[in-house]
Amino acid sequence: MAVGKITFTKTEREKLAEVLWLLNWISVVTGAILFGLGLFLKIEIQKWQEVMSEQGILYVPHMLITTGLAACGINYLGSKICLDCADTNKFLRWKLVMMPYIVCTFFFTACVLAGALMCYSIRSQLEEALYLGLRNTMRFYKDTDTPGRCYLKKTLDLLQIQFQCCGNTDFRDWFQIQWISSRYLDMTNSAVVDRVRSNVEGKYLMDSVPFSCCSTLSSRPCIQHNLSNPGAHAHYDEQSQQLNLWRRGCQQALLDHYTGIMQSIGLTVLLIWLFELLVLTGVRYLQTAMENVIRLGDPDSESEGWILENSLAETACYNFSIIKSLGKCYQADDDPNINVPTAAAGQEVPSAQVTS
Amino acid sequence: MALLVVKFDLKKRVKLAQTVWFMYWFAVLAGILVLSLGLFFKIELRKRSELMDNNESHFLPNVLIAMGLIACGINAFGGKVCYDSLDPTKFAKWKPMLKTFLVFCMGFNALLVVTALLCFVMRIPFQFTLAEGLKNGMKFYKDTDTPGRCYMKRTLDLMQIEFRCCGNDNYRDWFEIQWVSNRYLDFSAKEVKDRIGSNVDGQYLMDGVPFSCCNPSSPRPCIQYQMTNNSAHYSYDHYTEELNVWRRGCRDALLSYYGGIMNTIGALVLLVTMLEVAVTVGLQYVDTSLSTLANPEDMESESEGFLLEKTVKETFTDIMAKMKAMGKGAKVEEGGEEGVATVS
Repeated sequence: MAVGKITFTKTEREKLAEVLWLLNWISVVTGAILFGLGLFLKIEIQKWQEVMSEQGILYVPHMLITTGLAACGINYLGSKICLDCADTNKFLRWKLVMMPYIVCTFFFTACVLAGALMCYSIRSQLEEALYLGLRNTMRFYKDTDTPGRCYLKKTLDLLQIQFQCCGNTDFRDWFQIQWISSRYLDMTNSAVVDRVRSNVEGKYLMDSVPFSCCSTLSSRPCIQHNLSNPGAHAHYDEQSQQLNLWRRGCQQALLDHYTGIMQSIGLTVLLIWLFELLVLTGVRYLQTAMENVIRLGDPDSESEGWILENSLAETACYNFSIIKSLGKCYQADDDPNINVPTAAAGQEVPSAQVTS
Repeated sequence: MALLVVKFDLKKRVKLAQTVWFMYWFAVLAGILVLSLGLFFKIELRKRSELMDNNESHFLPNVLIAMGLIACGINAFGGKVCYDSLDPTKFAKWKPMLKTFLVFCMGFNALLVVTALLCFVMRIPFQFTLAEGLKNGMKFYKDTDTPGRCYMKRTLDLMQIEFRCCGNDNYRDWFEIQWVSNRYLDFSAKEVKDRIGSNVDGQYLMDGVPFSCCNPSSPRPCIQYQMTNNSAHYSYDHYTEELNVWRRGCRDALLSYYGGIMNTIGALVLLVTMLEVAVTVGLQYVDTSLSTLANPEDMESESEGFLLEKTVKETFTDIMAKMKAMGKGAKVEEGGEEGVATVS
């Protein structure tokens, strides 16, 4: 019992071939869009890769880029095939290629779906990478003289200005690290020495934040120092405190930014996947219809097209038995022409030696 | 003797009409381009009109928008005429107005050249508007509680961050104004009273700058306050310190930004002018080639197309004579009336 059987007349087959040719060309364009989306995501991630602890999430844009290129190639080939399929003579050229092409396209479509789902599942990995990356970047903020870390201050300042955020989860994260380099600390000053001695690790900690945490929405000049002591500043009330610095943490800001991008990209890729599935179904129908026409012998007659020749269960059993028999090949062979050494052969050899 | 005569047969005429029609469509796109450039420039000026005291002149973008619209109209009409020129019956209805249309086109092209020149020249008055506007803007930085000026602080901060500049000419401009509001000053503190007493206007002046002047590329945390006091900071020399705050003045930064926009627009308008001149010349040839048919009934006969009917000198003397005749005509009328008056 075939799955999804439809009968096609000659004109219907020709129309199907034309429509599929057009749809395949549109799929080439969507493949290019997929490639573009992957490239865009890669560039966006690389812009702020210094504040991410690992580059593992780059596999998502790489997947999208390769799938996009593959889509262009596969659909270009598909459009060529469909153009020829309208005519039974030209179809014979492609007859042997069609089945492998459809199987390949099926797996490729599964890859597109995997790419779309990856976009949604990346959030937890990104959260972890951002937390660790930002923590390290804040620790190295002061190391503007260490090669390899000298641009981290600039990167973090620009990040905080652009994304309107401060610190990892909160501006108080800056109170726990030394963000002023010892080069600029006067170690002969008793106040400085006291601060350095006041904690176990000998770090110069203060309740202040860098200038990039300052909010442009504040109605008063920015207060960066003595933040734990509101009384030290004139008329520094609750409302002023709320507007003075950026309240959001940079981890949250970057996470929102990337999640937004990836959700839009994921949605677009899902739509592209549905479109590819539609094209694949059409090509399958065209292939089976053309094969049946050739089997019937008369190019003008009606023919049937289907998705699967037998029901889903029977096709699964059949493929499973093919895989089983492939596995069996590597066990004992029943071919009579192969010499299998037995006990009788072992006795013959010594007698030959005795005679000679 | 006509200027730049070209012989045309039917095939050549058809090709000419098609080419000029095609070029007219490009010219319509060019007109849309000029229109959108005018709109873009207007929006950019509007965005930062606060920094220019809402005093900036929108003359140039308005001219660009008007020229763009006129260009679209003229070129669409010209394209229609070219399209119809292949059909003698349709062309006959356009023929009488073609000469005036061509004269109008030439005038429009001259206006386009003037617009392009304007783009390059308007930089100078713009400079003065900017300087004035920025000076006033900085004065109102602290007035975040005054209606109408409460967003000046935010605008200035965002501008200094975006354009990487500080102050009007340089960061020392901030030393000369009070940019901390009295609301946030503790008048009981000795230091505050000293500073206010130290100058005639009773302003709280300090050698400090707002945070938006800070340069993220600086290797050390930003020094915003007591900038001229080397001993207030460890290992700091304000004469040699270059990366601490932005060195550039905002007037220079904004001027180079807007100057760049105006130069680009001027160059593009010049290119559009060249295209317009080309299509005007093309239309002149289409018109003249269709009016000098050897045999007016036979569409396939040969014809000549020319740029000017007589040489440049003769055309010029013709125009002068016409203008004189027009002037004399008015005079003769007046003289006649007078004569009648004296007789009676």
